[in-house]
Amino acid sequence: MTRLKVTTPSDREIAMTRVFDAPRELVFAAHTKPDLVKRWLLGPPGWSLPVCEIDLRVGGKYRWVWRNDSDGTTMGMGGVYREIVAPERLVATERFDEAWYPGEALNTLILVETNGRTTLTQTMRYESKDARDAVMKSGMEKGVEASYDRLAQLLAATPAAR
Amino acid sequence: MYNRRLDATFAALADSTRRAILTRLAAGEASVAELARPFAMSQPAISKHLKVLERAGLIRRGREAQRRPRRLEPKRLGEATAWLERYRQLWEGNYRRLDALLQELKTKETK
Repeated sequence: MTRLKVTTPSDREIAMTRVFDAPRELVFAAHTKPDLVKRWLLGPPGWSLPVCEIDLRVGGKYRWVWRNDSDGTTMGMGGVYREIVAPERLVATERFDEAWYPGEALNTLILVETNGRTTLTQTMRYESKDARDAVMKSGMEKGVEASYDRLAQLLAATPAAR
Repeated sequence: MYNRRLDATFAALADSTRRAILTRLAAGEASVAELARPFAMSQPAISKHLKVLERAGLIRRGREAQRRPRRLEPKRLGEATAWLERYRQLWEGNYRRLDALLQELKTKETK
């Protein structure tokens, strides 16, 4: 299994590539059937995807809401399908309820099958370089925040050295 | 302070010529003339890109007076790529679950 690669192919994009040991019909289904999407697209540990609505038509909408099962925090997003070429290509807009980057992003999923294995490429194109950088910085800040949280926990759990 | 530094780093990384310069420097230090050669660009144009990379702390100048070779400063680049690594880990978690789901679907299909 190849490792997931994350790259920034242009100043407005973030792209991910990974190989799956399955035909692309199944990979496509796992991205477009709500009962399947709910099984894997969960994000960090402790989160679930209780709302997963998909109207798989060009111009049809999708809406997903994640929930942190320990504190009840939710995070919602949705968009509109722009292009659907099953099982090889899916293009949809993306906008989060609580905007953490300006404007809308355009997500393109491309599935290429070779000998029963599927190479997935998912590209997120943001409206501007500023929006893309906002996504990257927000990730950085969250990462730094998470490290501080871990440090705080560690300090709380460690008896003061005397 | 940390964020302003990251702004400069990401701004510097947003240009394909500058990324190509960093890739070249990853293979070893090089003078301005050596860096300019593979690009269809004048030395002053390359120098401008080098200044942006220097200000972002991504490269530094060597001490040899004549050549003043540029070197990669790996620490700063590491701060920027740390984000990509965290993002990668988040998605790798998703995709591991997808691997398991696909195996299950494949088994069902062949039954």
